[in-house]
Amino acid sequence: MRLKTLVAVLGVGAVVACAPVQSGPKNSGTDEQTGQVRVWLFDEVNRGPKEAVVKEAISEFQGKHSGVTVDVQYIQVSSRAERFKAAFSDPKSAPDVAEFGNTDLAGYVSAGGFSELDLSGWTESKDLVPTILDTAKVDGKTYGVPWFVGVRALYYRTDVFSELGLKPPTSLDEIAPLAREIRQRKPELIGISAGGKYLFAALPFIWANGGDLAKSDGGKFTAAIDSPQARAGVAKYAELIKDDICPPAACAGNGGDASVEAFRAGKAAMTIGGDFNRKSVDASSAAGKYAVVPLPGKDKGSVAPAFAGGNLLGVLKGTQRKTLATEFTQLLASKKYQQKMYAAMGNLPTFSDVQKQVADSDKFLEPFTKTLQSGTKFVPVTPAWAKIEAQAVVPTMLQEVVTGAKNVDTATADAAKTMNAAFTS
Amino acid sequence: MTAKGQGRTAFAYLAPALLVLAGLLAYPIYQLVLISLYDYGQEQVSGGAPLEFLGLGNYQELLGNQQFWGVLGQTVAFAAVCVVGTLLVGAFLAILATRVRTWVRMTLFLAALGAWSTPAVAGSTIWLFLFDANFGFVNEVLGIQGFSWTFDKWTAFGLVAAQVIWCSFPFVMVTLYAGIKAIPGEVLEAAALDGASAFRTAWSVTLPLLRPIILVVTIQSIIWDFKVFTQIYVMTGGGGIAGRNLVLNVYAYQQAFAASEYGLGAAIGVVMTVLLLGITMFYLRALRRSGEVL
Repeated sequence: MRLKTLVAVLGVGAVVACAPVQSGPKNSGTDEQTGQVRVWLFDEVNRGPKEAVVKEAISEFQGKHSGVTVDVQYIQVSSRAERFKAAFSDPKSAPDVAEFGNTDLAGYVSAGGFSELDLSGWTESKDLVPTILDTAKVDGKTYGVPWFVGVRALYYRTDVFSELGLKPPTSLDEIAPLAREIRQRKPELIGISAGGKYLFAALPFIWANGGDLAKSDGGKFTAAIDSPQARAGVAKYAELIKDDICPPAACAGNGGDASVEAFRAGKAAMTIGGDFNRKSVDASSAAGKYAVVPLPGKDKGSVAPAFAGGNLLGVLKGTQRKTLATEFTQLLASKKYQQKMYAAMGNLPTFSDVQKQVADSDKFLEPFTKTLQSGTKFVPVTPAWAKIEAQAVVPTMLQEVVTGAKNVDTATADAAKTMNAAFTS
Repeated sequence: MTAKGQGRTAFAYLAPALLVLAGLLAYPIYQLVLISLYDYGQEQVSGGAPLEFLGLGNYQELLGNQQFWGVLGQTVAFAAVCVVGTLLVGAFLAILATRVRTWVRMTLFLAALGAWSTPAVAGSTIWLFLFDANFGFVNEVLGIQGFSWTFDKWTAFGLVAAQVIWCSFPFVMVTLYAGIKAIPGEVLEAAALDGASAFRTAWSVTLPLLRPIILVVTIQSIIWDFKVFTQIYVMTGGGGIAGRNLVLNVYAYQQAFAASEYGLGAAIGVVMTVLLLGITMFYLRALRRSGEVL
């Protein structure tokens, strides 16, 4: 009996007195001017050229600052969430500077991971493309420098188009009929390789129709995916994943990589791919037989707003060398090194003048820079978005529509409900 | 020695084991329950936001969610199919192993051990390759290139169930084989002398003697198959088209852990633990009622 009472008291006491552990980056308060600056960059399939450019930047940086070394660690993109979560929870294992995807920014900032950057003293920063710099901001504050940007456009097979006497589409509404015709005349081909999980291909359809994922009212988000305009966009995109264009059995489960893969394998006449897909397409059976145009918008000759993906460089909040870390960030993200990164990896620069330079020297980039200049858009900048993405809300919605499990109205209404739950939690 | 002294000695002997159990079992469960009572997201873990005590709020949210019940039902049915399949295949092959020549048995065991020791991720990926719509060996043999096994809800579940059975039958087979081999020859001989048929021997002699072993492998299988994660996650791309192949563990990962909602995830964990304990207790009681000494 006494034991039971003891256990009960202990149990109640434990639940009341203890709470789950909390830890985290506090501003260390110190700002050392020597020592090691630790940097996390993303690993790449072919990392060599990237590493070479980074090494060059490091030796330039170390030359300017005596007593300072820079240590770079390459982390896997696929496990970045765990790595960053761990880094935020334990500042000792955290880097001072890190590369990260711009869609992850809001979540990282609300987790207290990155510190605000003051770019006013950095003259080059005025040439950053404003819509791209916006992807580094949360509530008007800048937490990173855009290192490179990635946009998607319409890849198409020139041999198929000339054989059938077709021209690339000039408006969004032309895509479905055109793709249907190609599949009808060449049944072994997918008209356009679109994927049920390929959010960044579906977004331009929603945006071009005047819709959006969510609306922000002074930082408070509400889902807008169930607006008539967004529904029209969802319906237009879902129309592509049908047996007469891209059969659901082959396409409904595809994300971006798998969608481009079908194009690479020579099984699709069109797809939506990024500037970053160029190398892999050039190393495939579609090499030399394809061209790229901007994804057309609603009106003839217009360009559909594209998603401005890309990576940022930022300084972690727990750093003990904030000045050095900020300086290294600005060096690696500078015009000089963005140009080198373009030459090495094909990464699109984020400065408008550098963009123009590279596009002039490489015609392939024209459709992408044109897309960038005609205005890009972004996913809602709120930590709730990371949750919505993890819960696969939008891909599930698209898949429900293409498999006929729900109609557009019900699927978008349900998605809006889930999104609103995430926004308000 | 007094009764009290005896109890103390016994306790002293048990203490190391209890300590290990407490560290490995009680403490994590305590943490799980504790976290499930809070709004505990990434912001809270890394100290960006204050902790908020929700009481049973996470449970309320979970039990009020229609999708949770759908996924739960699906998980129970899926686990049931896997358990029955695993036991049938395992038992059949165990009996087969007692009847065949040594080299056949060795081959069978080696093959089974191969399946058993294959890591779940590797096994699932290999099965996906085998059943790939365009380049898969299976579709080529059947002449149905282009047929996607993972698109339709039921073929996808079927494929994953087959994979789960494939990698878990060896345990059942090896355990049952050992059990059959451990039955004293005299018992079987006596049954034969009494004129019992082979079926009668199996039903009235072998099976009752094997019951404790069958009990263990059944409970193990229930627990394993209820908690399936890797196979569903890898083979259906994280829960199938529009999430129609979700099972509870994958659902918990997607809705809670990947979304950094650790409080909600812990609540799902607690519900799963309670459910599994319930199923196991029910099973044990049913057996005891049928006269089994446990």
